[in-house]
Amino acid sequence: MHLSRARSHTWRKIKSALASGIAFVSAVLVITPLGLVFFHLVINGASSLNWDFFTKLPAPVGAVGGGMVNAIVGSLELLALAGIIGIPIGVLGGVYLAEYGSARLNSVLRFLADVLNGVPSITWGVVVYGLVVLRFKSFSAYAGGLALGLIMIPLILRTTEEVVLLVPNGYREAALALGVSRWKTIVHIVMKTASKGIITGILLALARIGGETAPLLFTAFGNHFWNHSLSQPIAALPLQIFTYAISPYDDWHRQAWAGALVLVTGIFCVNVIVRILTRGRTASVV
Amino acid sequence: MEIATAPASKAFGPPVSPRSVAQAMARPSRFGDKAFEWLTFAMALTVAVLVVLIGWELWHGSVLAIKKFGFHFLVTSTWDPVADQFGALPFIYGTLVSSLIALLIAVPLGIATAAYLTELAPLWIRQPLVSLIEMLAAIPSVILGLWGIFVMIPWLRDYPFAWLKRLFGWTPLFGGPIYGPCMLAGGIIIAVMILPIITSVSREILRSVPDLQREAAYGLGATRWEATRIAVLSYAKKGLFGAVILGLGRALGETMAVTMVIGNTPQIVASLFQPGYTLASVLANEFTEATTDIYLQALFEIGLVLFGITILVNLLAQLLLRTIATTSATRAVQ
Amino acid sequence: METPERTVMERMEQGTAPPPDAEIPAAHTFEVKNLSIWYGEKRAIDNVTMDVASNAVTAIIGPSGCGKSTFLRALNRMHELTPKTRMDGTVLLHGDDLYSKTIDPAIVRRRVGMIFQKSNPFPTMTIGENVVIGLRLNGVRNQRFLNERLEKSLRMAALWDEVKDDLHKPGTSLSGGQQQRLCIARALAVEPEVVLMDEPCSALDPIATAKIEELIHELKAKYTIVTVTHNMQQAGRISDYTAFMYLGRLIEFGPTTKIFTNPTEKQTEDYITGRFG
Repeated sequence: MHLSRARSHTWRKIKSALASGIAFVSAVLVITPLGLVFFHLVINGASSLNWDFFTKLPAPVGAVGGGMVNAIVGSLELLALAGIIGIPIGVLGGVYLAEYGSARLNSVLRFLADVLNGVPSITWGVVVYGLVVLRFKSFSAYAGGLALGLIMIPLILRTTEEVVLLVPNGYREAALALGVSRWKTIVHIVMKTASKGIITGILLALARIGGETAPLLFTAFGNHFWNHSLSQPIAALPLQIFTYAISPYDDWHRQAWAGALVLVTGIFCVNVIVRILTRGRTASVV
Repeated sequence: MEIATAPASKAFGPPVSPRSVAQAMARPSRFGDKAFEWLTFAMALTVAVLVVLIGWELWHGSVLAIKKFGFHFLVTSTWDPVADQFGALPFIYGTLVSSLIALLIAVPLGIATAAYLTELAPLWIRQPLVSLIEMLAAIPSVILGLWGIFVMIPWLRDYPFAWLKRLFGWTPLFGGPIYGPCMLAGGIIIAVMILPIITSVSREILRSVPDLQREAAYGLGATRWEATRIAVLSYAKKGLFGAVILGLGRALGETMAVTMVIGNTPQIVASLFQPGYTLASVLANEFTEATTDIYLQALFEIGLVLFGITILVNLLAQLLLRTIATTSATRAVQ
Repeated sequence: METPERTVMERMEQGTAPPPDAEIPAAHTFEVKNLSIWYGEKRAIDNVTMDVASNAVTAIIGPSGCGKSTFLRALNRMHELTPKTRMDGTVLLHGDDLYSKTIDPAIVRRRVGMIFQKSNPFPTMTIGENVVIGLRLNGVRNQRFLNERLEKSLRMAALWDEVKDDLHKPGTSLSGGQQQRLCIARALAVEPEVVLMDEPCSALDPIATAKIEELIHELKAKYTIVTVTHNMQQAGRISDYTAFMYLGRLIEFGPTTKIFTNPTEKQTEDYITGRFG
């Protein structure tokens, strides 16, 4: 009796250790791709990165050399266009959900925002194609920026709502008790108090759409040259990486790796900034 | 102590009378309040407008194809733009099979990792691990695809696929020649893409399990694993199911990485070593090549089908997650 | 031992508290008539009628949930921030109906300032910015005027000497008691006629509390003060008139000396002496 109980106890201990081991291996497996992707990005990308990459236009098909300066600038232009659309709508919409509205209406809107966050990004490309490209009969930077901007809206809306709700009610009451109007209280006290969190949400959304390719395929379309007008097709770093990656040329493959390294570095810089911004966030107010 | 009425004004010129303070302040404007409320309301309403806009635009763009092909569009397996033959079945099949493969890989790994992060791992390792998973989530799809083409596929072809063929080559699933880009590779790359979301949502779910549950199990002398299995995992079953469905929603819509490794051939075959095609991939590849109206309409209808499926799956996920989890789970969603 | 009773008797002898038989002076700041307030279906204030004397401290006491905070917030319409509230009756401030359709709640709150239980200086602002933010957001741009109000308000809140060299430091860098006085300075900067205080010392240590109480005593020369407190010693130390509320109703209201030494109502006496149910 005693013996068998002891034995079963040992067996249970072993089983527990085994389960922990399996869970540990799973965790390692989950982050393995991250390590491998980084490793290959650095190995393949760094050797292809040079001054030309940041200063020259793509070389003509078949020729060796050239760079992606137009795609880097194009991506920044697209991010700016997207920001103009996505940031004000997302932030103000998030403020509405946190500060105004009825519980029922807000839960519906919140729900819809979450549903939008799950819409495949390529769908946005199709929608903007029908909305802008077909109508104006041209791929354009505007179309690309709009597609990315629409993706940003529900992302920023939800993060803004969340951080605005974290602002203690005491600050609202203190301002209102000074005879300050509601909207000024919200803008100058509440949003200012939550500004770190709001900016964090915006940066994360920008980092997210900065790597998006699918919505740009048939909106911004890509361009091997400088874009001279926002109503013309424009190059973007992720698009250029895609085009080069599926091309048959070795030199383009090298350039794709270099572009990927630049893109990932940019995205990770933003993530590091966010981490610094949010450090000790739980300790302070927001 | 200075008294309230003390003339503090000497250094500042003439004293300020209370009335003048009131007069110095602007009259509060009700217009400003109303305008700001309406402005923010309009912005919040955008999300509803966008949902309607997507549905309407996709419907509007595909209405001719819907009329022409009707229900057959969904069950016909010929996709031949030259002959104006459009059937979406191979894409639906490819989307479902690749997503299923992805779930088979990502669900056990993701949930085990989540359990490791919340229950089993030493405390010091948890936060760094969470950060790494967040970094994985931040890698753009196109870069994972690039890595998939040049690193993952050659390796898969030479080692795991070769072993699978040797062991299970007699089954239809792993029969036929190994090309490299194929359904299985597509499923694997999708698994990598959805692992972070499944892991982080599952982690939030497990974290929301009350400590009382764990304490009760430990109080009965349970080992760490028994407590995790009985008290935590079974308690959180429904939420974990929500996390899985959410992952499925992402898998169905995953585009760039899968387009780069799945082979892009519209066919329905049993072998996972054969190339496939997904709804999202055909949009990515053929949209700009659509030369005829009906071709474009058919692609819009593909978009509509994809939107319909992902909306339904996401609705289900949201309902499952909403009932149990709080804001923390929705935070992990983003 | 310090009891409210002994405190008020001493104050009466010193002449710093009105005697038990004093009438509520004719100079009223507030006239509250038949005030009732509901939160949803729950009636929080039940038909309260009471006049608040000018340039005096009126304390409202009662067990938690008796409606004293709601009553206080009704005096500057802060209770309206809670959803689904409904009110009935009138509140006059120097004869002006605070609930008139033509008056903006923001104007009411400029005339009737409020100090909260938990000090809440705005965390993103310096000490100086905190004091003048009310004026700024209410449209005052003149920097000279703002500087003038800044110093004057901080002096009135007895904080000037402590912070005059640190005006650019964050408001949250101050100690708890200083933060509360900063909040008082912030409220005084918009020059209200009345200052409402919702348990202003309940989060403070005894020394900081003593300072605030001293400040309240100074302020009443210029302002009418209504304070809610659950601390009867404090009510005895600072107030001239005391109202006892229970279950949303005003049970008894009169000079503090009378309420604490010779209350008319049995419920008041039970509460004062700590025999309350």
